[in-house]
Amino acid sequence: MSIDMSQFHQVFFEESFEGLDIMETGLMDLDLGAADTEEINTIFRAAHSIKGGAGTFGFTDVASFTHVMETLLDEMRDGTREVTRKAVDLLLVSVDCLREMLSAVDAEEEIDQDRTKKLQNDLETILAEGSEASENTAVVVESGTENVVSGGVWSISFRPHSHLFKTGNDPVRMFRELELLGELTSKVETSKIPPFSEFDPEESYLSWEISLKSDCSEAEIQEIFEWVDEDCDLKIIQAAADKNEEPPQSLVVEASKAEVVTKAVVEKVPAIKKKTAKNTGNESSSIRVGTDKIDALINMVGELVITQSMLSQMSENFKIEDIERLKDGIDQLERNTREMQENVMQIRMLPISFSFNRFPRLVRDLASTLGKNIELKMSGEQTELDKTVMEKIGDPLVHLVRNSLDHGIEMPDVRKAAGKPEIGILQLNAFHEGGNIVIEIIDDGAGLNKERILSKARENGLIGENEVLPDEKIHELIFAPGFSTAAVVSDVSGRGVGMDVVMRNIRDLGGVVEIKSEEGVGSTFTIRLPLTLAILDGQLIRVGEHVYIIPLISIIESLQIELENCNKVAGKAELYKLRDEYISVMRLHELFNVIPNSTQLDNGLLVVAESEGQKVGLFVDDLMAQQQVVIKSLETNYQKVDGISGATILGDGTVAMILDLPGLAALSRKKQKTKPRILEEAVA
Amino acid sequence: MASILAVDDSASMRQMVSFTLKGAGYEVIEAVDGVDALNKAKGKTVNMVLTDVNMPNMDGITLIQELRKLPNYKFTPMLMLTTESSGDKKAQGKSAGATGWLVKPFNPDQLLGTIKKVIG
Repeated sequence: MSIDMSQFHQVFFEESFEGLDIMETGLMDLDLGAADTEEINTIFRAAHSIKGGAGTFGFTDVASFTHVMETLLDEMRDGTREVTRKAVDLLLVSVDCLREMLSAVDAEEEIDQDRTKKLQNDLETILAEGSEASENTAVVVESGTENVVSGGVWSISFRPHSHLFKTGNDPVRMFRELELLGELTSKVETSKIPPFSEFDPEESYLSWEISLKSDCSEAEIQEIFEWVDEDCDLKIIQAAADKNEEPPQSLVVEASKAEVVTKAVVEKVPAIKKKTAKNTGNESSSIRVGTDKIDALINMVGELVITQSMLSQMSENFKIEDIERLKDGIDQLERNTREMQENVMQIRMLPISFSFNRFPRLVRDLASTLGKNIELKMSGEQTELDKTVMEKIGDPLVHLVRNSLDHGIEMPDVRKAAGKPEIGILQLNAFHEGGNIVIEIIDDGAGLNKERILSKARENGLIGENEVLPDEKIHELIFAPGFSTAAVVSDVSGRGVGMDVVMRNIRDLGGVVEIKSEEGVGSTFTIRLPLTLAILDGQLIRVGEHVYIIPLISIIESLQIELENCNKVAGKAELYKLRDEYISVMRLHELFNVIPNSTQLDNGLLVVAESEGQKVGLFVDDLMAQQQVVIKSLETNYQKVDGISGATILGDGTVAMILDLPGLAALSRKKQKTKPRILEEAVA
Repeated sequence: MASILAVDDSASMRQMVSFTLKGAGYEVIEAVDGVDALNKAKGKTVNMVLTDVNMPNMDGITLIQELRKLPNYKFTPMLMLTTESSGDKKAQGKSAGATGWLVKPFNPDQLLGTIKKVIG
């Protein structure tokens, strides 16, 4: 029977990765010296399952690597080995390595053999240190074939002990197996059957003298009786095939003593050819959804169907008196749809712990690399956010955390000298606020050094020699491309690449980063992200015949324009004096080349919105409704357009563009440089 | 049709075992650990038990021990799936009342071959 084992691979990989996470968390939580047996057992079981699965599904490399880890864990579990920092560190690195191996196997790529071999050696060295070196390092076990004597007639004496049936074994089945080896004749021995009054039907009283004519080896016969070794007296003797020969050599082997010799078998696995363009890039396209969420959805679909059938029934024989009922029905439909939408969105929501989980390990490793004492505190791990957002926020978060550890928190002696506790605290918080998820990264380190940032920025030409900036602007300089203040470039961070990428990634998600920092006290990075990328609360605006959508979250206020507050910087931009601030005015009709109702500023409205921390004014003809819109990507359906982040379809079927405010600002700057004339004419 | 209780905490192993056995015409009841298995075995008497050894909540050896105490499982063949090739686990299993064992890794053919040794 041939079964395609590859159908189980995906499940195996998924559960193995879960197992690795369990191992990692478990190893991190282990108390050195006084580890809890149950905790080690959990780690051991995870390794054990991976090994078992890998062996079964033919991933020999993975199996043999895990085997060494498992052996080490087994000794820890039994208490024969102390839980040392060294061993735990090595196991953690091995978990990483194993994860990479599995990913490679999953993607049908080649395993990094050098690294694997090296680690395996390290593990074996540790193993050899503690106890007597065990010789069977490989998983593949070959039964010894020492007593290879074959041919002729075997005489087998099989005397089961009385409890044989209670092990679930049955002599009949063994005879059937024996019969497959050759010609079988047996003599039953009934002398042990007791008188009827003492007869226990659950006991075994019979014995057999069996003669088997077969060319099989003794091992093959022994294998049949393997399970009943200790539940019977077994003698296997090779009877002479030819009577003229010497009396049979005594080959009596007590079956119970038959030893299995383990041999290390190094299997050469043919190198797996790297398959290109297969399964690459589509990381975990599946999602686990709680059944309660699905039940709620099914419920809702039910209601939707009822409403729909009610409406269609009504339409069949519609009278004008029914108009009220029709309205009710449509209201209900709207309610159902909205509930359903919320619930569908819920499916994509995952707790942020998926992203936070990697930090304990990261902080632990980094702290020991950097020689710092750092405690990680996390809160709000159960805060949910969209899966896509989660996937994209992972890397920026890692970067910010690394940054805080490396640049923020000081070395223990520096902290001590500053009168702070030696252990630095890094805090990760997540919570919902409005329609956003807020993630805070707080350290109690040195804070951002404004002087150093300024001098560095001047050096790099990011700001002018004598430019004076408010604190928050100085802080934001660290997100400028090519900026790094680290005195020494470390492995961890400080090459000046990254912080700008962090900023860009977060902006791409429609989020913002805020920095609060006080020298000597610490820094707080606050990331605000929309809960989902698929739907947004939008303000519909109109310019001429065109409807655009501005993300509601970025709108600060909308106002009627008073001409006396308008200023025009000669040949450059228009400014509007809003209370004590000047904000630049962008005329949407100019940016998009459409015909507006009016080019007179006092005939339209100014929508004040925030873009990249700056206020901008959008000159529009009219404000329309606010509504939730489903974002459709322009890039997938058409192409990237400057100033537009996407499109949506409105209730009446028309397509409306969603404005990308930072993009618009860039577009406006470009236009001002190339066409200063038109602007002036328009104002005139 | 013989029914087999397949116990393993690893979903992939369980799927593989279950798929193989169903393909060979057995009725398969799956359980994720010893506790789950014990409940299911009490609910419906099966013809054979195939269990992993290392599992959370209740391991395979304890499961066999518990099952053997039940009148319906006095003579039922119970095999353990074990990667431990050392005699240690096997002996523990035997003394708990296991019929035999199957050493992991195994392939579907080996699995069916071993099963045939005890039922059918």
